[in-house]
Amino acid sequence: MSATTWGWLVLLFPLLGTLVTAFGFRRLPGRSAGWIGTAAILLAFVAAVGALIALQGHTPAHRELVSSLWDYAVTVGIDARVSILVDPLSVFMILTVTGVSTLIHLYSISYMDRDRGFARYFAYLNFFVFSMLLLVLASNFMLLIVGWAFVGAASYLLISFWYRRTTATRAGIKAFVINVIGDVGLVLGTYFIFKHTHTLEFLGTFKATRAGAFGFGTNEGDLVAGCVLLLVGAFAKSAQIPLHTWLPDAMEGPTPVSSLIHAATMVTAGVYLIARMHPLFERAPAAQDVGAVAGAATLLIAGTIGLAQSDIKRVIAYSTMSQIGYMIMGVSVGAYAAGLFHLMTHAFFKALLFMAAGSIIGAMAGEQSLDRMGGFRRALPFTFGCFLVGGLALSGVPPFSGFFSKDEVLLVTGELGGWHWALYVIGYIGAFLTAIYTFRMIFRAFLGAPVPEARELEGGHPHHAEVPTNPATGEAEDTDVGFPGPTHAIAERALPMRIAMGLLAVGAVGAGLVQIPKLDFVIDDFLRPTFADASHYEPHTRNGILVIGLTLGTLLGLAGIALAYRVWVARPGTAKRLREQVPVGRALYTLFVNKWYFDELNDALIVRPVAAAGRFARDKVEQLFVQDALIGGTTGLVRAGSAAVRAAQNGFVRYYAALLVLGVAGVGFYFLLQT
Amino acid sequence: MSIGWYLAVSAIVFSTGAVGVITRRNPLVVLLCLELMLNGGNLALIAFSRMWGNGDGQILALVVMTVAACEVCIGLGMIVAIHRRRLPVDVDELRELQG
Repeated sequence: MSATTWGWLVLLFPLLGTLVTAFGFRRLPGRSAGWIGTAAILLAFVAAVGALIALQGHTPAHRELVSSLWDYAVTVGIDARVSILVDPLSVFMILTVTGVSTLIHLYSISYMDRDRGFARYFAYLNFFVFSMLLLVLASNFMLLIVGWAFVGAASYLLISFWYRRTTATRAGIKAFVINVIGDVGLVLGTYFIFKHTHTLEFLGTFKATRAGAFGFGTNEGDLVAGCVLLLVGAFAKSAQIPLHTWLPDAMEGPTPVSSLIHAATMVTAGVYLIARMHPLFERAPAAQDVGAVAGAATLLIAGTIGLAQSDIKRVIAYSTMSQIGYMIMGVSVGAYAAGLFHLMTHAFFKALLFMAAGSIIGAMAGEQSLDRMGGFRRALPFTFGCFLVGGLALSGVPPFSGFFSKDEVLLVTGELGGWHWALYVIGYIGAFLTAIYTFRMIFRAFLGAPVPEARELEGGHPHHAEVPTNPATGEAEDTDVGFPGPTHAIAERALPMRIAMGLLAVGAVGAGLVQIPKLDFVIDDFLRPTFADASHYEPHTRNGILVIGLTLGTLLGLAGIALAYRVWVARPGTAKRLREQVPVGRALYTLFVNKWYFDELNDALIVRPVAAAGRFARDKVEQLFVQDALIGGTTGLVRAGSAAVRAAQNGFVRYYAALLVLGVAGVGFYFLLQT
Repeated sequence: MSIGWYLAVSAIVFSTGAVGVITRRNPLVVLLCLELMLNGGNLALIAFSRMWGNGDGQILALVVMTVAACEVCIGLGMIVAIHRRRLPVDVDELRELQG
C-alpha cells in the first residue's frame, strides 16, 4: 500500500473508534468500550508504522506525498480539498501521537474503571486523538483549521469531563475561550498568506513563497503579519505567554487526559505549526524572533511558578509549559529537528510523569496537594521508579532522553550567536529550575516520613476518603459522574497501568539514544526532506560549544537535584524559613505562588473591560436605546394613532349618519362652488 | 311650473328625513324618516324624468321603491327581533360595535 493510503487509515481508525463507542455505548458489554478505544489507536499506530515504511521506500527527494479524497470547493482562486500530506514531518508526528496515545488509552482502562462515564470518556478520547491526527496530516490550511478547532472542542469536552464540578466546567470554558482566540489568529494569518499565494495547499504556498509571492526580501509586511497571527494560534494551543493561563486550570480533567493534552496532543500542535510553516517563517525573521522570545520567557516564568505550586498536577503542568517553551524557542530559531526531537522525548517522559502522579493521587484518594503527601517510596515502589525515571529525563540528566534533546535545542540556539546568547543562558537557567522543581516534587511525595495514607497502603489497604471532595475547592464531590469511586487506580494494583508506564519508562530512558551528537542522527536524517530548504538545518556543531553545552546541562541538572535534596530532604524547613524570614524570598514566593499575577492581569486588562462594555451595551444601548426608544417609540406611535382612530368608532349610529350627511353636503357644496 | 318647485319640495322632504334620522332615537321613527329621504329622492327623479321627457328617471324611482320595501322589511324584522329579546329599543343603547 502507498504511504498515503496508510495515512488515511491512520485517520480512519480513531474516527471509527469514536463512532462505535459514542453510538454503541448501550450495547457494549462491561468495559469493552475501553478496549475498543485502545485498539483503535493501536491500529492507527500500526498504520503510522506502515506509512513510515512505505515512505522510506521513496527516494528522499520524493517523500512529500499528497492524496486528495475529494474536492470540497475547487474553483478559480480556491482549492479547498480534503487532502492529506504524508511527509517525514507528518509521519514523525503521527508516530509520536498514536504511540503515546495508545499507552494513555491503555492506562485509562484501569484508571477510569469505576467511572460512570466510561464509554463517554473513551469516545471523547478517541475523538481527541482523531482531531490531532487530522491537524498534523492536513495538507492545506482548511483542513488544518478544522483539525485545530476539533482539538479545541475535544479538550473542552475532556477538561469538563466531570461536569458536575463547577471548577471543571469553568476550566473547560477558559480553555475553550483562549483556544478560540488562537483559532481566530490562525484563520486571520491564513487569510494574509492566502491573499498573496492564492492557494490553500501547503506545498503550493511554499512554492509560491519561494517564487516571490511576498517579494524576494525578508520581513515583507503581510508575511510578517500572517506569521505573527499564526504564532497567536500556536501560542494559544501550546500555552505560551500570554495565552497560557488555561493550561494549569486544565488539570481539572481526569489525570490521563492531562497526560494526553500535555504529552501527545494539543500543546505540541503549536510546535508542529511553526515547523510546518518554516518556509514562511524563514522569510519573516521578525516573527521568528517573536516566537523565540516568547518561548524563552515562557520557559523561565513557568519554571519559577513550578517552584512554588503545591498541587502535584499543577507542578507538572507548569513544567510542560516550560518544556514547550524550549520547543517553541527551538523551532523559532530554526532548530527544527532539535525542537521536534524534544517534542518526542518530552511526550514520553511527560506522559510517564502524569501517569505516575495519577497513581499517587489514586493512593491519596483524590488528594493532589504535595503538602499532604510524603513517604510513598515503600508503598508505591513501581510508581516511585517511574516518577524517578521521568524526573531524571525531565531534569536533563544523562543518559536519559531529555538530556540529549534539550541540549540540542540550546546548542543550535547558541550557535546562532548575537542576542541569541541571551536565550541560551535563559535556557540553561530554565534547566536548573526544572531540576529543582521536579525533584522538590519527587522528594516531597516519596521521601520523608510516610503519611497515614502511605502507611495504610503499606499494610495492604488503599485509603478511602470518607466523603470524596474536590481537591481544588474542598466541596463534596458528586460521585455519580466521577472520581473518586470506591476503589482507586494505583499502578501497583492494575496491570494495564503498569504496562503503559513501563513502556513509557523505557521510552523516557532510551528515546534520547536515537540522536547523540557526533554519533547518530536518526531524527536529523529522517526529517531532512521536509526541511530541505531550511537555512541552517545542519548544525555546525563546533566542538567547543558542544562540550560546554553538554557539560553545563549535566552539571546544572545534578546541581538542581542536589539543591532540592538539601532544601527538602537534608534540612526540611529550609523552604519555609526562606519564604518567611528572608524578605526577597517572601516577595519571590508571593510572586510565584500567584503565578506572576497573569490571571489577575488578564482579568484587569481584558475580562473586566469587556464585561463593563457588555454591561454598558446591555443597560444603555439595549435597554435604553433599542428597547425603550426604538421599540417603545414604535409601539407608542401605533397605540396613539389607533386610539385616535378608535375614538371615531363610538357605536352611535346617528353620529355615523350625521357624519355621512355632512360629508355628502360638503362634497355637494364643493361642486356647487366649482361651477 | 318650473322644475325648481319640485326640487324645492323634494329637498324639504329629504332634509326633514335626514334631520329625523339624526335626531330621533327610536329605530321605528328612524326607519320612517329613512322612507321620507328615499321618497324625497324619488320625487326629484320623477321631476327630472318629466323635464327630459323620457322614462329613465321613472325606472330608477321604481328601483328605489323596491329597495325601500326591502329595507323596511329587514328593518322592521330587526326591530321586532330586538323587542322580543327585551333589548332597549333605542339606537343609542345599541352600540356593541364601538371600537
